[in-house]
Amino acid sequence: MENTLRAINTVSLNTEVIEEGALKLIIDGRLDSNSTGKMWRESLLAVDKYSPEKVILDASGVSYCDGTGIALLFDLQLKQIQRGGVFEILGLAEEFQQLFDQFKPSEFIEAKIEAPEPSNIFVNVGRQTIDIFRGIEANISFLGEIVVALFYAMLNPKSVRWKDFFITSELIGVNAFSIVALVCFLIGLVMAFQAAIPMQQYGAQLFVADLIVIAMFKELGPLMTAWVVNGRSGSAFAAELGTMKVNEEIDALTTMGLEPVRFLVVPKVLASFVMIPVLTIFGNLFGLIGGLVVMLSLGFTIVTYVDQIVSAATYVMLLAGLIKSVVFAFIIAGVGCMEGLRTKTGASAVGDSTTSAVVIGLVLIIFVDGVFGVIYYFLGI
Amino acid sequence: MKMGGDMDPIIRVENFTAAYGGSVIIDNISFDVCPGEVFVILGGSGCGKSTVLKHMIGLYAPAAGKIIIDGDDISTAEGEDRLRILKKIGVAYQSGALFGSMTILENVRLPLEEYTDLSPEAMDLISLMKLKLVGLSGSENKMPSELSGGMQKRAALARAMALDPLILFLDEPSAGLDPITSAELDELILRLSRNLKITFVVVTHELPSIYTIADRVIMLDKRIKGIVATGKPQELRDQSDNAWVRQFFNRQVESEVAA
Repeated sequence: MENTLRAINTVSLNTEVIEEGALKLIIDGRLDSNSTGKMWRESLLAVDKYSPEKVILDASGVSYCDGTGIALLFDLQLKQIQRGGVFEILGLAEEFQQLFDQFKPSEFIEAKIEAPEPSNIFVNVGRQTIDIFRGIEANISFLGEIVVALFYAMLNPKSVRWKDFFITSELIGVNAFSIVALVCFLIGLVMAFQAAIPMQQYGAQLFVADLIVIAMFKELGPLMTAWVVNGRSGSAFAAELGTMKVNEEIDALTTMGLEPVRFLVVPKVLASFVMIPVLTIFGNLFGLIGGLVVMLSLGFTIVTYVDQIVSAATYVMLLAGLIKSVVFAFIIAGVGCMEGLRTKTGASAVGDSTTSAVVIGLVLIIFVDGVFGVIYYFLGI
Repeated sequence: MKMGGDMDPIIRVENFTAAYGGSVIIDNISFDVCPGEVFVILGGSGCGKSTVLKHMIGLYAPAAGKIIIDGDDISTAEGEDRLRILKKIGVAYQSGALFGSMTILENVRLPLEEYTDLSPEAMDLISLMKLKLVGLSGSENKMPSELSGGMQKRAALARAMALDPLILFLDEPSAGLDPITSAELDELILRLSRNLKITFVVVTHELPSIYTIADRVIMLDKRIKGIVATGKPQELRDQSDNAWVRQFFNRQVESEVAA
């Protein structure tokens, strides 16, 4: 039986110089993937040692020869031809000879396996630069597409897939509520605690409330909410659209005449426009609650804390933060969807897209936050 | 002799039942596959052909029964025992399932790197020869994403053959291939079966291919969740007393059979 035969992995090689410049290789036994490796090295060594003009391979003792064994015989032939010699094979059983005859040495002498290109710093810098500019070009183009699609949606509200809008709103808003609340609560708590210690020296602990409300409304509320949603939902958008791209679902939409941006991106962007500012408001609130915990522990009452907050906060301050959060929403949804739609093929492509979506989103959020800081400074907000 | 009987089977499926989440797909079937045989599993869509195949290659554990590969039960084997069985089989998946981050040559070379002591040059040569066998010479440096679906399937077959396994499992190998390539693939299967006594278990719908390569077929029917016919395809086409089997082999619609 076959498995019994396979258990006997005995193969032997004998060499014989039969005349001037002619070497006879006698291979006996079973040539399969288990036994051929050693035989391969030995037979090549033998041929290299004598460098004969003619190699005669006596394969009459070969009891079995699978693809690996055939490859060994073929390699001996190939190498002999490459050194300009003659190769002859004798006694190979008919069924193995048929397999051997399928391969022509000329086809393999020409075959060349490409080695990876050596790394060149100038080439790499050039490629990266081109990639960056192409990325910027693609981003601007995609931004334009989204804006056009949003205008179209405003003029034709029925064209928006409202069901998807509500599903996405739940995913990025309701489902993110607890994590946004927790993060902002802890930020408020830590900030109040760290500020209270130095301010105690000046008897200005009450002004911790001012610090908390200004920082949360203007900066940390929108920023922390955007970071959480970007990590949570920006990556999810990229993964969802990336998987659709890999599965050719995007192509299917296109061939059905359904514009992917209108069909898939617009509901996500609209849901982000609505839910991220709402989450920001809750984030602000939980940041203030975090501050309240510290203030209560310092001996202030709730009324004192709330009075101080009301006197320090303005509607303009709150609105300034919410305007930022709308822009952050556009960045998160836009970048997530764009990276998803730009997904290439292959198993790692979706992972690459989600990573890019999160990293680009974070960088853009910080960058835009800085721009807003400058604008608000000049506006006196 | 390839029809079983006087030869110990290389695969024995005994009282095999497959179920997903309590829903029985295949109910208590048994069959044998002989060494060197080209054994085809066929049947209508959704009858459980690929399910049987996936159980035979050890991806899923049967709900009941045994799957014996060359004397060992693949469904219960673990660790080294399981690895020993897996080295005896090669699988070419319907989608190709090539590793997207590797070139075609690297895909074929991978099993050789992991399981043999061959030199890198020898591995390259063997991989090139396998690719030549499936008609993919010249594509060795390409990435899977650069190949068509049919080419990916052939590359997957080359990878499955890399270690010259005792048994090759092929899931829909000719689907999506042009007729010439499909015929070449059939020829390759026959040659490997005859010359190297490799056993093939093939899941396919392609009737021309079945007539060319199959020594024996089993036909599954989802209505009975089991085997409705066994035998040579030509005999089933011409002599089966089951109307649905004749209908299948003659590519007839139900009304034609009824008439």
